[in-house]
Amino acid sequence: MTALTLRDFVAGYDPDLPIVKDVTLDVPEGQVLTILGPNGAGKSTLIRAVAGMVPIFSGEVRLSGRDVTRAPAHALARAGLGFVPQTENVFTRLSIRENLQIAAELLPRSARAARVAAMLAMFPDLAARPEALAGSLSGGQRQMLAAARALLSEPRVLILDEPSAGLSPKLVAQVFDSLRRIAQGGVTLVLVEQNVRAALALADRAVVLVDGRLAHDAPAAELVGNPLLGQLFLGARAA
Amino acid sequence: MTPQLLVNGLVAGTTIGLGAIGLSLTYSILRFANFTQGDLIAWGAYLTLTVASAIAGLLAGLAPATPLAPFSFGWTLPVALLAGMALTVLLALALDAVLFARLRARGADAIILVMAGFGASMALRAGLEFIYTSAPAYFTHELQIARPLGLGMRATPDQLLVLGLTAVLVLALHLLVTRTATGRAMRAVSENPALAAVYGLDVARVVRVTWIIGAGLACVAGVMSGLLVQIRPTMGFDLLLPLFAATILGGIGSIPGAMVGGLVIGLSEALAVQLLGAEWRAAAAFVVLVAVLILRPSGLFGRGA
Ligand SMILES: Nc1ncnc2c1ncn2[C@@H]1O[C@H](COP(=O)(O)OP(=O)(O)OP(=O)(O)O)[C@@H](O)[C@H]1O
Ligand SMILES: [Mg+2]
Repeated sequence: MTALTLRDFVAGYDPDLPIVKDVTLDVPEGQVLTILGPNGAGKSTLIRAVAGMVPIFSGEVRLSGRDVTRAPAHALARAGLGFVPQTENVFTRLSIRENLQIAAELLPRSARAARVAAMLAMFPDLAARPEALAGSLSGGQRQMLAAARALLSEPRVLILDEPSAGLSPKLVAQVFDSLRRIAQGGVTLVLVEQNVRAALALADRAVVLVDGRLAHDAPAAELVGNPLLGQLFLGARAA
Repeated sequence: MTPQLLVNGLVAGTTIGLGAIGLSLTYSILRFANFTQGDLIAWGAYLTLTVASAIAGLLAGLAPATPLAPFSFGWTLPVALLAGMALTVLLALALDAVLFARLRARGADAIILVMAGFGASMALRAGLEFIYTSAPAYFTHELQIARPLGLGMRATPDQLLVLGLTAVLVLALHLLVTRTATGRAMRAVSENPALAAVYGLDVARVVRVTWIIGAGLACVAGVMSGLLVQIRPTMGFDLLLPLFAATILGGIGSIPGAMVGGLVIGLSEALAVQLLGAEWRAAAAFVVLVAVLILRPSGLFGRGA
């Protein structure tokens, strides 16, 4: 069963100037896919469009086979699509607990309180002062809160935009640890990363986006240490 | 200066505060200065008056409309108020569906929304004058004697009721916003609507709730003001400057702030009337507004610039 399908997907900010061009992609259930590519290739635009944050101009998106191309963002979230933006991914004027409670609203009512408690138990930094405003957290702690809330809502497909960007090496390791755990739980993961080495180590499969188009699609292991990757990045930069 | 000024100012401030709460909520969630808020206050008063008259007409001869002692009005007014609130809410939701929602869907700038609201405000006011004429109307013709409260202050039972009802409404609303899932969703949408949607919150529902609260409170404010003063088609428009001054003074988005802002504006107006004369009433709100913008633009309860 495919968890996420894109067909001739075209998206961007201006219909006359699409950023993502004719992307077709099948992500099987349980797969960990990483999307790589040079700066400005359109990786963020692609996944933000899938999540309902950027206009889709043509083509379609399917979630577990169901056409959700025109579904509003909140309906996608309720249908099991989790998305964590790279920045501004928590509500800074809400408390840590309230951020988690909003995620818990995607679960059956009876499960909510226990899941919030379980998630706090898993992240001691957050549990230390759950009533503090998320805006008072450090950058790393905010990413942790964003990851915790994504985990909490139990999405079937989880898409993350550079979850390790700007974090210390120790925190990067922590983030990839928790991603590995999420993947082991059977969640389909789509990961945009600049940290190519760590992303390839985690992923089953990698695609490379260059100038809004899929330039390469291979098992992740094949790309590790592959000079092709450097060429794709450098080629695109030179162009 | 007399202690009575305190009573007069606070009573006038309740209407301003309740109206300002609606303004503050629409500002923080819909991100535009809603000029129709004043007219929703006037429409709320007239719709409630219409329902009250209709009830009285239907029951004519059946039950004499005796006032509910010690107040100046009978039971028809509270019943009519509930109906009036529902109708005012419907009016606001219709206005949003016909006008503001369409502009939002097109990604219109805030300035377009403000101008659209300004136009709608004029139409709403003209509609009231057309239907009800510009002659003042009253909920009651009973006269009320102000009773001594001590310290040289006097208030009518109606005035005390208005103060009490306002306190209850503001407290209830504050709890709603700070303690419930609906309030949490409102705060999340006010901070980042795109993120709220991606995280599963139905932004359209939050927008509806905002109109419901704003219009419901506007109706209560209109009825309170109509009960204590009189009902006029321009009563809402005349409140616009005080409403904006109270909203900005309290800090946009803060419910207790809007209420405190309303009371401060009410008191300043009462002070201006006493010290300078009645024609200076409107100037008081303006002076407070300018002072806040210069000294503390984020307002008393605001989040800083
Ligand atoms: N909000 C926006 N409005 C208009 N254009 C945008 C917007 N965001 C991004 N773009 C443009 O879209 C193109 C792709 O940007 P995008 O952020 O998707 O790339 P990316 O692959 O995620 O890059 P990076 O690796 O730097 O994150 C760029 O040319 C960028 O300028
Ligand atoms: Mg990006």
